[in-house]
Amino acid sequence: MKLITAIIKPHQLDEVKEALEAFGVAGMTISEASGYGRQRGHSEVYRGAEYTVDFVPKVRLEVLVDDVDGSDVLEVILKAAQTGRIGDGKIWSMPVEEVVRVRTGERGVDAL
Amino acid sequence: MSANTFVTADTPFTDSGNTAWVLAAAALVLFMTPGLALFYGGMVRTKSVLNMMMMSFITMGTVGTVWILWGYSETFGNDVGGGLIGNPFEHFGLSGVLDAIYGYVPADAAAGTAASGGIPGGAFVAFQVVFAIIAVALVSGAVADRAKFTTWTVFTVVWATLVYFPAAHWVFAFNGFAAETGGWIANQAEGLFLGGVGAYDFAGGTAIHINAGVAGLALAILLRNRVGWPKEAMRPHNLTLVMIGAGILWFGWFGFNAGSALGAGTLAAGVWVNTLGATCTAMLGWLLTEKIRDGHATSLGAASGVVAGLVAITPACATVSPWGALVVGLLAGVGCALAVGLKFRFGFDDSLDVVGVHLVGGLIGTLLIGFFADATNSPTGAAGVEMNDGLFFGGGLGQLGAQAIGAFAVLFYSFVITFAIGWVLHKTMGFTVAKEDEVSGIDLVEHAETAYDLASFGGSRAGGGGGGGFVASRTQPVTADVPAEPTTKEEATR
Repeated sequence: MKLITAIIKPHQLDEVKEALEAFGVAGMTISEASGYGRQRGHSEVYRGAEYTVDFVPKVRLEVLVDDVDGSDVLEVILKAAQTGRIGDGKIWSMPVEEVVRVRTGERGVDAL
Repeated sequence: MSANTFVTADTPFTDSGNTAWVLAAAALVLFMTPGLALFYGGMVRTKSVLNMMMMSFITMGTVGTVWILWGYSETFGNDVGGGLIGNPFEHFGLSGVLDAIYGYVPADAAAGTAASGGIPGGAFVAFQVVFAIIAVALVSGAVADRAKFTTWTVFTVVWATLVYFPAAHWVFAFNGFAAETGGWIANQAEGLFLGGVGAYDFAGGTAIHINAGVAGLALAILLRNRVGWPKEAMRPHNLTLVMIGAGILWFGWFGFNAGSALGAGTLAAGVWVNTLGATCTAMLGWLLTEKIRDGHATSLGAASGVVAGLVAITPACATVSPWGALVVGLLAGVGCALAVGLKFRFGFDDSLDVVGVHLVGGLIGTLLIGFFADATNSPTGAAGVEMNDGLFFGGGLGQLGAQAIGAFAVLFYSFVITFAIGWVLHKTMGFTVAKEDEVSGIDLVEHAETAYDLASFGGSRAGGGGGGGFVASRTQPVTADVPAEPTTKEEATR
């Protein structure tokens, strides 16, 4: 099993969610995040004083998938999240040792 | 003895229209202080918004109290020092004020005019106390995030007593209105300090805005800067609060300026229009300056421009024409937008720009009267009251000189006395919180509160507060179905 984590632009979230649902992914977790990569931050001006804001708002999206779907799901997210402009984010995947559904106690692929 | 006894021609009476307007205007002006709390509160960081708002709110408690005790009398009692101070004991506790009638004009058979009614002493007291409250609250913007709340609370009482009440006496106490003899800046008469100045300050450009602005400067110089200023970014945490606050201030300011007519008539209506006009152009002026200098017209700029315009027209609203008001507003909007950057050059952390907006805006408005005073087309002229013209209307330099003396007298007095008050309080009580407390958040340290509870979990009741469920569970419940007599030994011992 794999954990796919994507850091994306907040306004791309709907598109990514719809693409994942169309692909057949059953659930996902998102959290509001802040950060920067090559994009760096942006500047704001208050009463003429300029402030550099380093961490820009992002959405962190996490999906658990089985090994077969792993690379496909990554591609689905990539396609939906890409605008081609700076600040589109990153996606990575990691191996997952065990998954448990809390309600039933099911384990492994059955718990996805 | 009520102060109206010098009116001897006939029996004074009150006018219900004038009284209703002054009472309504007083409520409008009181509403400005919570508005200021929002305006200031939105500009600070999340961890200090409650303290910022409390510094405004507490002035309603402290200044309102001392106003009733001695503030009114110190400001509007008969003068005891050549126009320098009212007698604080004459109306202590408002004795002899509520049954007085101010502003009554007796009939004049020679001029063919009928008598016109005044307002009751209570309405005048109400209208003037809300000025004192907001004047003190304005100062707090200069010491955001770092002032000890107890020290600030003491400061509000001392500053009102030693700085605001005297300055308000100089500027607002007219001879023969609430007392026979008044202040040296408002009047020109024998026996007054320097013979009196006769400066025009309709609603408090000197007594309130220059006064509070320069007091903010004194405290900003005296107290340490905020930790990290000016290197760290200290963004306003909620500009929607700032916009709401600016809206409330503008709304309330119509009471502030038009209410200062102390009656409902031509003067008040003209002042209302000038208050609108100057504020419109000031907002445009501030936004234009920003657009040219920084590339964007900001919401904070719009809110600040509104306040800058209101500040500048406050002294001038009765003595300039409507187009003069447009010019005063425009110059104030541009001037204040440029002035707020000065604190970075001089290195004093006037956190919310009390100096850049109130001192500079107050000076612009007060001095421009010397140029734009218009005896024909101003609200004062329209109401048929005699006044001097300014430099641009053929009045020469006389009124400009009077304006400058009034403005700089208040400026120097307030700076020196405020610095002295702040220094004494700093040496005795300490005026600033510990740096680590400021960094962790003054709301938590000074008030044991957090403004925004964004986590719905992770808290539990820790007792205290008196009368909660915690206490009740340890005592016998007093309810109808408790048996009158214990039925078993076990129950009897419980």
